[in-house]
Amino acid sequence: MKAVITVTGKDTVGIIADVSAVCANRGANIREITQNVLGEYFAMIMIAELDGLKIPFADFVDELAALGRSRGLDIHTMHEDIFNTMHHI
Amino acid sequence: MLNTQDILETINMIREENLDIRTITMGISLLDCVSEDANRLCDKIYDKITRRADKLVSVGQGIEKEYGVPIVNKRVSVTPISLIGGELSPEGYLKIAHTLQRAAQTLGINFIGGFSALVHKGYTVGARNLISVIPQALAETETVCSSVNVATTKAGINMDAVAQMGHVIKQCAELTADKDSIGAAKLVVFANVPQDNPFMAGAFHGVGEPDSVINVGVSGPGVVASAIKRAGDCDLSELADVIKKTAFKITRVGQLVAKEAASRLDTPFGIVDLSLAPTPAIGDSVAHILEGMGLESCGAHGTTAALAMLNDAVKKGGVMASSHVGGLSGAFIPVSEDAGMIAAVEKGALSIEKLEAMTAVCSVGLDMIAIPGDTPDAVISGIIADEISIGVANTKTTAVRLIPAIGKGVGDSVEFGGLLGYAPIIRLNPYSPEKFIGRGGRIPAPIHSLKN
Repeated sequence: MKAVITVTGKDTVGIIADVSAVCANRGANIREITQNVLGEYFAMIMIAELDGLKIPFADFVDELAALGRSRGLDIHTMHEDIFNTMHHI
Repeated sequence: MLNTQDILETINMIREENLDIRTITMGISLLDCVSEDANRLCDKIYDKITRRADKLVSVGQGIEKEYGVPIVNKRVSVTPISLIGGELSPEGYLKIAHTLQRAAQTLGINFIGGFSALVHKGYTVGARNLISVIPQALAETETVCSSVNVATTKAGINMDAVAQMGHVIKQCAELTADKDSIGAAKLVVFANVPQDNPFMAGAFHGVGEPDSVINVGVSGPGVVASAIKRAGDCDLSELADVIKKTAFKITRVGQLVAKEAASRLDTPFGIVDLSLAPTPAIGDSVAHILEGMGLESCGAHGTTAALAMLNDAVKKGGVMASSHVGGLSGAFIPVSEDAGMIAAVEKGALSIEKLEAMTAVCSVGLDMIAIPGDTPDAVISGIIADEISIGVANTKTTAVRLIPAIGKGVGDSVEFGGLLGYAPIIRLNPYSPEKFIGRGGRIPAPIHSLKN
């Protein structure tokens, strides 16, 4: 399965590095990154392959959310099926 | 292949527009619990409910976390208790209500539906005994919900039951007068009651249903309201298309959650209920959708037409998104649970007569409407009779959930808190239907040819 990770908040040095580090440590393989900075506002959508995930998905969601809180960012991780189901017949 | 715009649209619906799954409701048959001994019956009921639904809350929470979509309620509905209790005494039925409450507490769910009776053609001993203790049962429990079906299109209207329910609703309010008459908010009087409705307070598990089943109710008035706003000054054909497309997307999420919950709980998937269920939260109002369509206020002339179009478009979009659709399926227009409805009543734009007309074209009926506490029982029965007639004549479900606010009158309001919200007390017609209601008997089933 794949997960969609969205990261939004104030732009600072190392956001992509930190999120990528959690993915790498937990065995999530990043497949795609779309990222923009508008003024001071940082927005990123990351799609990660989770077949090699070493921890339960729910814990992965929590770990990224906690990283977001510690850096003043909003990080949400969602199963790709919610997007596929809603937008594809 | 996912694209950025689709991802952002979904995320925006959930975070900004209040898209949620309103309820995952597990229907559980209690037909195999029947026993003539009240204690043994209660033990069997408790065991079956807590065994079948033991993972309901944790599975719901798991799906919520994985897919990132809020699942607001996890609930249970059971076989109408009047069919299970048989000839138990009223005290026996009260004991069952307490058993349901205990089971709900063990499971950690906020409502359990099915303290119900079907009396559209007449009473069984069980139905009579159950109805006699509804006020006490709802006052002494917090999670138990009750419903009584008093009419169907094929059977006509049981006016003895309509007369009795006026009295029962008043008693429910009186016994919970210290809590803003909340007891009455847990009781629904139906015509053509659906057997697979996941929404409270009217949910029960019908007799033709499997041993257990997962039914899901979606929500999303805020998503529809935003889509209408974005559509701008288009004509109504285009607007209907916008609503259909939005309803499709909302319902797809419901379908996904329903299939996933059914699979994880090893329980058959029943239906998705395509309802637009408002909450008192800002941006989660059906009245605001109608106003977004171009009405100055909900309740203005044109409201019934706008609601009819909305309801139809929601169904057309939703039907294609789900493999099985059922329950109440349509726009809900509860007053207390909808910020726009509350505002419309407060400024005098929305009357109970207009609400009644609106129920002819949408689900469900006169819902969560606070009325003066000194309203005579016969007037409550008159309101029920009118609303039920609309359902019977139009072959649709209608329902009544009124809250006589004891000690309060027009100009006051009642506060329930949470999803139930608050309600200004609505003005009623002062003239009496007492003699008509007092006649009792049955209103015969309507003819369905010679339509005019």
